Amino acid sequence: MSPQQKPAVPSDTVPIRIVLPSHLRTLAQVTGEVVVEVTAPVTTGAVIDALEAAHPTLAGTIRDRDTGCRRPMIRIYADGEDYSDAWTDPELPDPVIEGHQPLRLVGAIAGG
Amino acid sequence: MSGVRVLVGTTKGAFLLTSDGHREDWEVSGPLFGGWEVYHVAGSPADPERLFASQSNGWFGQVVQRSDDGGATWEPVGNDFSYEGDPGTHQDYDGSSKPWKFARVWHLRPSAEDPDTVLAGVEDAALFRTEDGGQSWTELPGLRTHASASSWAPGAGGLCLHTILPRPDDPERMLVAISAAGVLATEDGGATWQPANKGLQSGFMPDPEAEVGHCVHKLARHPSQPDVVFMQKHWDVMRSDDGGMSWREISGNLPTDFGFTIAVHAHEPETVYVVPITSDEQHYPPDGRLRVYRSRTGGDEWEPLTDGLPQSDCYVNVLRDTMAVDAMDPCGVYFGTTGGQVYVSPNAGDHWTPIVRDLPRVLSVEVQTLP
Repeated sequence: MSPQQKPAVPSDTVPIRIVLPSHLRTLAQVTGEVVVEVTAPVTTGAVIDALEAAHPTLAGTIRDRDTGCRRPMIRIYADGEDYSDAWTDPELPDPVIEGHQPLRLVGAIAGG
Repeated sequence: MSGVRVLVGTTKGAFLLTSDGHREDWEVSGPLFGGWEVYHVAGSPADPERLFASQSNGWFGQVVQRSDDGGATWEPVGNDFSYEGDPGTHQDYDGSSKPWKFARVWHLRPSAEDPDTVLAGVEDAALFRTEDGGQSWTELPGLRTHASASSWAPGAGGLCLHTILPRPDDPERMLVAISAAGVLATEDGGATWQPANKGLQSGFMPDPEAEVGHCVHKLARHPSQPDVVFMQKHWDVMRSDDGGMSWREISGNLPTDFGFTIAVHAHEPETVYVVPITSDEQHYPPDGRLRVYRSRTGGDEWEPLTDGLPQSDCYVNVLRDTMAVDAMDPCGVYFGTTGGQVYVSPNAGDHWTPIVRDLPRVLSVEVQTLP
């Protein structure tokens, strides 16, 4: 493939690192962190959109199929802050957008 | 026939138990989907190498897995079980109205003819179908929009559609069972439905003989007698001789007629198996003795089968989808317990042996008889 044919990454996207719970890593058949290209503004919702597009088997496992809302036992953290309910606003913090830290999806503690 | 494959769903994954026709030596593989609740694993009668599994948990919701190689490898398929239109409300335990909401797939019923077609019974109660091997699921909304549906209320396990019973001679004619709505019947492939609970009595309802609201736990029938249907209800073991249009009690001499599961012998259409459970308040066998009861007379007269089963200090439960039979001769009978045992009787119930003793809580058992 010549450089001219190489698919261009849109200039307004940024790579976002994501840490998934182990069950979702298994389902997506990935190990370690996942990186997805996200179009600005880089919000939680935009990252999950990109994650589901890259890994369709995760559709419905993070947010409810019907409502589009985050499933109640999924929590989302960025730079030490809880972004679980910050779906469209504000943008994720700079350390996540600049790739210094991952966005962390966590299964809520329930049970023992 | 070369052997059997037992498909076991548990609260912490699925297991496959395989053996030859002697059913004495077993190979155990699993857990598959470890850590997830697997409510049901079912094989396609049209292609025994094709298996479907319902995988779910409270964190990540519903996943459906498919194998095309007898369970060696699996891939997730479609998990979009969206109700058609505005799903409305049903009753909650306290009689209040509650919006219909999908929770999980309880039961998968692969078509006898087409390996790409499967029916799925879900919670909150509805029936879905795939015709593309599980990639996409479409509701058959005539059931959930039945005039009585707003009055349906959940059983202890939720408002679940747990049994799908197409007539072997005409799959367009089906019975489904919902806890706690009861049996509904369709004659047109699921477009329209009618309650099929005449003869049932349930003391927990204002009208014990109401048209709907019964907590039917499981149905079973033999393919050679499609009009004869057996039922384990919350209380009472019942029989229909007219395809579910009317029922009569056949509990007879059972020590208790509460229970969850029921199965029919593969070659003797009047031989039926149940596992009596003490009561709806005591979900364990009477007297701490695990006994399967067999009727060779289509009900009313029952004999306890105890050889090989624990006869003291046993307080497991045997859930609704955990008993199955193979098509070998003699017929093999299988059941799983909440204590993690899966028992086999290779001789129609005369003697029992645990295949495994220490699985997680067993939610479902199906058996494939392999060519």
